[in-house]
Amino acid sequence: MSDILELPKAIEEGLHRINPSTSRRNFLKSSGALVISFSAGAIPGPGTLAAASDADPALMVGPYPDPDYRQLDTWIVIHPDNTATFFVGKTDGGQGTGTAFRQMMCDELDIAYDKTSLIMGRTDITPDQGGSGGSDAIERDGWPMRRVAAEARRVLLELAAEDFAVPVERLVVSNATITVGSEPAMSVTYAELVGGKRFDISLNGENVDATRGLANVKPVNQLRVVGQSLQRYDIPAKVDGSLIWAVDVKLPGMLHARNVRPPLAGAVVSGIDEASVADLPGFVRVVRRGNYVAVVCEREEQAIRAARQLRVDWERPADPPFPASDELFVYMRRATPTTISEPDIQGDPSAAFAAADQVVVAEYEVPFQGHTAIGPAHALADPSDGQMTIYSNDMKSYRLRNGVAEFLDMPRDQVRVVYMDGPQVYGRTAADDAGFEAAFLAHELGRPVRVQWTREEETAWDTKGPAYVFKLRGGLDAGGKVTALEYDACAADFNHVGYNEPDTVLIAQLMGRRPETPAAGSAATPSLMYGISNRRTTTRVVGLPLVWETPLRTGNLRDPNGPQVTFAFESFIDELAAAAHIDPVVFRLDMLSNSDEDDVFRRARSIAVVKAAAGAYGWNTRPSPQTPAAQTHGGQKLLTGRGIAYTYRNRTIAATIAEVEVDRQTGRVWAKRLVCAHDCGLVVNPGGLRNTIECGMLHALSRALWEEVRFDTEKVTSVNWQSHPTLRHSDTPESIDIVLVNGDPSPDRSDLAPYGAGETSHKPLIAAVANAIHDATGVRLRRLPFRPERVLAALRTAGVSTS
Amino acid sequence: MSIVTLHINDATHEVDVDPSTPLLYVLRNDLGLRGPRFGCGIGQCGTCIVIVDGVAVRSCVVPASRVRGQITTLEGLSADGTLDPVQQAWIDEQVPQCGYCHNGQIMTAKALLDRNPDPTDAEIREAMDGALCRCMTYYRIQAAIKRVVQQPMADARDTNAAIAEEVAE
Ligand code: FES
Ligand code: FES
Repeated sequence: MSDILELPKAIEEGLHRINPSTSRRNFLKSSGALVISFSAGAIPGPGTLAAASDADPALMVGPYPDPDYRQLDTWIVIHPDNTATFFVGKTDGGQGTGTAFRQMMCDELDIAYDKTSLIMGRTDITPDQGGSGGSDAIERDGWPMRRVAAEARRVLLELAAEDFAVPVERLVVSNATITVGSEPAMSVTYAELVGGKRFDISLNGENVDATRGLANVKPVNQLRVVGQSLQRYDIPAKVDGSLIWAVDVKLPGMLHARNVRPPLAGAVVSGIDEASVADLPGFVRVVRRGNYVAVVCEREEQAIRAARQLRVDWERPADPPFPASDELFVYMRRATPTTISEPDIQGDPSAAFAAADQVVVAEYEVPFQGHTAIGPAHALADPSDGQMTIYSNDMKSYRLRNGVAEFLDMPRDQVRVVYMDGPQVYGRTAADDAGFEAAFLAHELGRPVRVQWTREEETAWDTKGPAYVFKLRGGLDAGGKVTALEYDACAADFNHVGYNEPDTVLIAQLMGRRPETPAAGSAATPSLMYGISNRRTTTRVVGLPLVWETPLRTGNLRDPNGPQVTFAFESFIDELAAAAHIDPVVFRLDMLSNSDEDDVFRRARSIAVVKAAAGAYGWNTRPSPQTPAAQTHGGQKLLTGRGIAYTYRNRTIAATIAEVEVDRQTGRVWAKRLVCAHDCGLVVNPGGLRNTIECGMLHALSRALWEEVRFDTEKVTSVNWQSHPTLRHSDTPESIDIVLVNGDPSPDRSDLAPYGAGETSHKPLIAAVANAIHDATGVRLRRLPFRPERVLAALRTAGVSTS
Repeated sequence: MSIVTLHINDATHEVDVDPSTPLLYVLRNDLGLRGPRFGCGIGQCGTCIVIVDGVAVRSCVVPASRVRGQITTLEGLSADGTLDPVQQAWIDEQVPQCGYCHNGQIMTAKALLDRNPDPTDAEIREAMDGALCRCMTYYRIQAAIKRVVQQPMADARDTNAAIAEEVAE
């Protein structure tokens, strides 16, 4: 989001000093977003308010009522220079959705891409589309954007028809200019029709997703900008240092805060010695509410020092808050569940197991894994003029606004969130927590306060993806066909926190403000497309002893349960294929063909995707493993194998093949080659999509090879990049091939829809790696992550020579 | 507090700070630079990297008062208005996801290529290994570095403009 429309004067001036070409005024000029006229009849819509703040800063003083999604002017502003600005209620964590939105809206409006700009996720000037989440930006939120842009085009055509006194059918539109078909001299630009003025057109729709006017969107074959690999508009400013990130905002009189977290989970503050820091230069205040403690200073380095130096007496909790991470799975298996699902039974699994020729059983374990953003959580809050403005990269800016308003007991329209770029937001990150903390401290101190979490705080205290234990059981008949399947999942997910909830954000928990009942959490089931007639599915959720104020709090982390569940399920499918001595691709294709489930043509598309992956890889048909473990003696130091995993997520389908090298002597696993075939329907920006698929896979590779939250019985012990390793440059595959598949039975149909793509490729990768390790070594790894020590131990146990 | 003199991107600055203040905070908070960013504060991630006399230095762990040499920040790579070939390759390969780590990635790559204009794949991996990315853009980063190595005069044609023209036709 390089479109920073409204910046406090001080930054504006500072910016201008550093780099005049990137100051807001210049940006606005060059992007065409500056509406200079501000007289009667001009647009008092969002564009003007934002852009005119230079002329009249008072315009940006609250209150900030919700922009009305049922007004066309909320979404689109046409400027006098025949450019347009789009306002959408989404955020872009770096997957290029902003660029894709612009592409879709340009097509419907008939305007060149480079004549437009886009503002996202600012609660005061963009309609509430919920921000990001669930990979539905293009799949769901793109539709109202397309429809409102189509409606704007319709209205412009009508205005032109009136002007020229010809029927609309005779008009031709190109590049924001309308011409009478037979008479090229008769033409008018969008700007001449409405530039700098309001459309004043009401829209329909009972909610923002349903927003529409009278116009229909274009059929797919008329889309010109959609389908192009346009470069992302936000990248240049990220590469030359000119972008203003949420971490960069500075306000006059702002203060710096650091939190002081309980050193032991569940510890209670019994005393604070403020004198231990009172003499430090720049010291302003220690703020304490319950077990929430923060230090506020004039300068950042002063706050860092004061937070380290502050003496707080913490009382150790009477009972251990959780088992040590090494005991986690034992604990989870024994724990009394907080929820047990009703078994879901299809066919007659008991009879099918009794009749089976072979029964295979396996258990899998996935530890807690964190977001651990590269830039720890942060936010700046400004309490000026009795309002509260929060500068944040929170992907759900609207919920942050609503949550903070409730938390501070302020009217909602006195709080706004200015969404700005920041480090990764793959779900419920600690950006939520930092936003509340900054707002609370700014409210307390009456001055702007910036909160910055430390590395250790982020890694220890951010929300975690739930840990899982799975047990799977499968029955094969004599022909190697799967006749029965039992799936049991147990997730440590009790008290799963939601987004920006005023009673579950960390500061609320530490203050003792919390809901009566913790959230139930969930244990997920696989995305099952395989034709298996007899099935039994059970799930349960367990909790850890310490439910509140714990660093082991779960929240959504990229495709919240998909990587865990798909690791277990697609590993197990491979185990069944191996038991049946059938090639893993053939085995899967066979089960897909037998599926009777075909929503959005999922069966045909799945088969096409699996075949495309195998084709791109050059898969030769043979059963896995290449060499049984016991025979893998001596000889080569590096063992090579390949593995496939398949899944779907909502309407999107992916099959991933990993080729790995396992170093017999060190246990190091290198995913040397990755292939992903991916079908997400209509592709808006193939280049951006490939990038997202690629990074989604590598993020899962990091989870496969390295990531694990480690803890003893008092605290999290994996707190920095040494104790909590992540994927690095040296782990990067040598090649990655991505095949974009359109497996729709009528691939050219005019209503082909785009489906979500932010998470699907993240889902099957771990299983593909596990399957490849098994293919290479004959050894099955059933517990994440596959760090060298674990791999080596497993090789030894299986009798593979490691010397 | 004491006066610390710093030479940054061809300008000299004097700031009045506690001499132990890490360079990162002086660059960001006193001098308004935005390229180097906080990621860990303990020298483990690389988001804060600046180049001092040709060497990639982690500004979060170096006291400002100890830095004597010429400091180049991300902003300084294109101070004359033209992007450094490394930056251009980053755009051509569309490298970033969130982009937060890319100050460190670009500055590490720049320091590598300045001292070794023709690194092998293994040398690239080794030199870049301390620059972490949690969006996992590593593959693209390496492709961008190889692009600089292979085509020193990378074709800087603006693809968007070209496509926009096509679309307009
Ligand atoms: S912030 Fe300096 S290395 Fe991480
Ligand atoms: S691009 Fe997001 S951390 Fe590297």
